[in-house]
Amino acid sequence: MSLDKPYLDVPGTTIFDAEQSRKGYHLNQFCMSLMKAANRERFKADERAYLDEWAMTEEQKQAVLARDLNRCIAAGGNIYFLAKIGATDGKSFQQMAGSMTGMTEDEYRNMMIAGGRSADGNRVVGEDGDAQANRQPQGSAHRAPASKTGN
Amino acid sequence: MAKITASVYTSHVPAIGAAIDLGKTTEAYWQPLFKGYEFSKQWMKDNKPDVIFLVYNDHATAFSLDMIPTFAIGTAASYQPADEGWGPRPVPVVQGHPELAAHIAQSVIQQDFDLTIVNKMDVDHGLTVPLSLMCGQPPAEDFHWPCPVIPFAVNVVQYPVPSGQRCFNLGKAIRTAVESYDENLNVQIWGTGGMSHQLQGPRAGLINREFDNAFLDKLIADPAAAAAIPHIDYVREAGSEGIELVMWLIARGAMNDVTGGKPPKTVHRFYHVPASNTAVGHLILENS
Repeated sequence: MSLDKPYLDVPGTTIFDAEQSRKGYHLNQFCMSLMKAANRERFKADERAYLDEWAMTEEQKQAVLARDLNRCIAAGGNIYFLAKIGATDGKSFQQMAGSMTGMTEDEYRNMMIAGGRSADGNRVVGEDGDAQANRQPQGSAHRAPASKTGN
Repeated sequence: MAKITASVYTSHVPAIGAAIDLGKTTEAYWQPLFKGYEFSKQWMKDNKPDVIFLVYNDHATAFSLDMIPTFAIGTAASYQPADEGWGPRPVPVVQGHPELAAHIAQSVIQQDFDLTIVNKMDVDHGLTVPLSLMCGQPPAEDFHWPCPVIPFAVNVVQYPVPSGQRCFNLGKAIRTAVESYDENLNVQIWGTGGMSHQLQGPRAGLINREFDNAFLDKLIADPAAAAAIPHIDYVREAGSEGIELVMWLIARGAMNDVTGGKPPKTVHRFYHVPASNTAVGHLILENS
């Protein structure tokens, strides 16, 4: 029997459902552990060793080490749990959310001040909005490492 | 008997708490938002309740993935503000109302809603930011919130979350429970979270003014229609985290007009974009 999951065709969006939660259990519990200051210190001192204490997949560990939140979410992470990594790194929720779009911090912040991202073209996969797969990454953050002047 | 006199609805964005705690409320970015709550702070002073029943969601703070209750009622004597990774907010400890909370738990479970009863938990920004917005920062020499609070946590993090209809019906059951409590208490019910926002993926930053304002209209005048909105409409129109709006339906379902009383009076309505990643909506409805 198939389950009712009408949300699978929303572009640029992964709904954290029971299946994602099952996949991401150890990843998200690792994140939870960073709510304790002593654990944050141990993680920062040797990230790989700390991650190896958890029954996470190698892909989950690599996604955390790369601070690639889109990869973390694909591997079962949930943003409210992943936010504990951002807090450990001293990042705000806006910096974390923006990092998943390919925009620079300023580009994302300015989009929000201008009223945010429109739902038009972004409701269903196959429309023409800026969150659609064929328009990623957005903004210029992905060009920054190659060209320091572009920052 | 105890009575629900009013309902309050507000977003609970963590950055709002940070702006208050770091003294940034008069900065150009934040000033328009806090102006929208000036009326509310005065209204709270003029209409001080005996108890606030505060519907919110925990953001991976008290509840990890070890246990995920759909509806959890706090029956403790007090709740500590949580360290969410940035350190605890410098706000007062939240005092509970164990007697009324236990009474509501008993009644609501007998009305077929399976509540999880929580005797120990910390409360995160979902609960403390609405208190800060409505009550302001209590002065150091009188450091407490104006009244006891019953925390009521709803799972809106892991799908499937409860439907709008179920939340609306739960509100009705909560009102029945409150009205069967013998002591004369003035109870407010608050629904928090929302409005449109998405915090994940390439679609992060989604805001939908039209949806949000239509939702506010509907919540005021035709709450049964608001309750009928399916999950998928929130996701498509208001972003994946916009689903938090189902919590507003619990508060709305507890108002008198839902079971044949007079329509509530809208004493305040406010909407602002953005607070960090989020559209902020706010309503105060009084039972007539």
